[in-house]
Amino acid sequence: MEETGTRVKMEEVNCSGGTVTVLRFSGDITSASETAILGTYHGLSPDTAKRILLDFSKVEYINSSGIALIIQLMYAAGRNNQAIQTFGLTPHFQKVFTMVGITKYTRLHPDEATACAAFAA
Amino acid sequence: MTDTTTNSIELRLPSRLGYEKVAMGTAASVAKLMGFAAERVEDLKTAVAEACINAMEHGNKLDESLTVGVILSMDSTALEVKVLDAGAGPQSGVHRPDIDKKMHGEEASRGMGMFLIQSLVDKAEWVSSPPSGSYVRLVILVDKVKD
Repeated sequence: MEETGTRVKMEEVNCSGGTVTVLRFSGDITSASETAILGTYHGLSPDTAKRILLDFSKVEYINSSGIALIIQLMYAAGRNNQAIQTFGLTPHFQKVFTMVGITKYTRLHPDEATACAAFAA
Repeated sequence: MTDTTTNSIELRLPSRLGYEKVAMGTAASVAKLMGFAAERVEDLKTAVAEACINAMEHGNKLDESLTVGVILSMDSTALEVKVLDAGAGPQSGVHRPDIDKKMHGEEASRGMGMFLIQSLVDKAEWVSSPPSGSYVRLVILVDKVKD
């Protein structure tokens, strides 16, 4: 059985009076996702990508190894003084992210518009 | 849960990451048939997947010649899932992740599987039975079924 590969689409959108980089994840997020997730993140310039949105609305499955990759991304973003907002997680994975404490470092929003607006808050 | 002879399902999975989704899907189907609410089914899916991943990675060291056993047993009170591997069992207890340490690089970003399992089901226990192997036993109770 092949795992459903992780796909990451990078977009730049205008919101909250500036440009925001959106990483749109789809498929599964597991230990096999390191290149897709961290590789894409490290391809961003920390000088220009200061506000990053993580879009989980098309993610089908996340396991603890996948959550660890998201933590690594947030750790790196924190060191680079980049702000992160998150949206699109199912209620179950909102609960799981809250359980492990990620919500101390990013807010989980219901949709993209709300997440965008949070950069201005 | 005492009667596992007439209401049980057994799976044998290769120790290959990705195959935990077979157990996850089977457990979800059984839980839905038993009438568990969608939220509880999602909890069970994550707990079963994490148990299988631990069995493959830590119990069987990803040795594809070793299988991970999954036994689902249901009765009127609960759904029980046992996940068996050839390892010695966890060397330490359940560790609550410290997100501050993880975010500051002071703790490995991984290592949350047992915590998630324990948090998402009504009962979780890890049993070592060398030399045959070890298993984790998960239980979700029917009396927590919601509409």
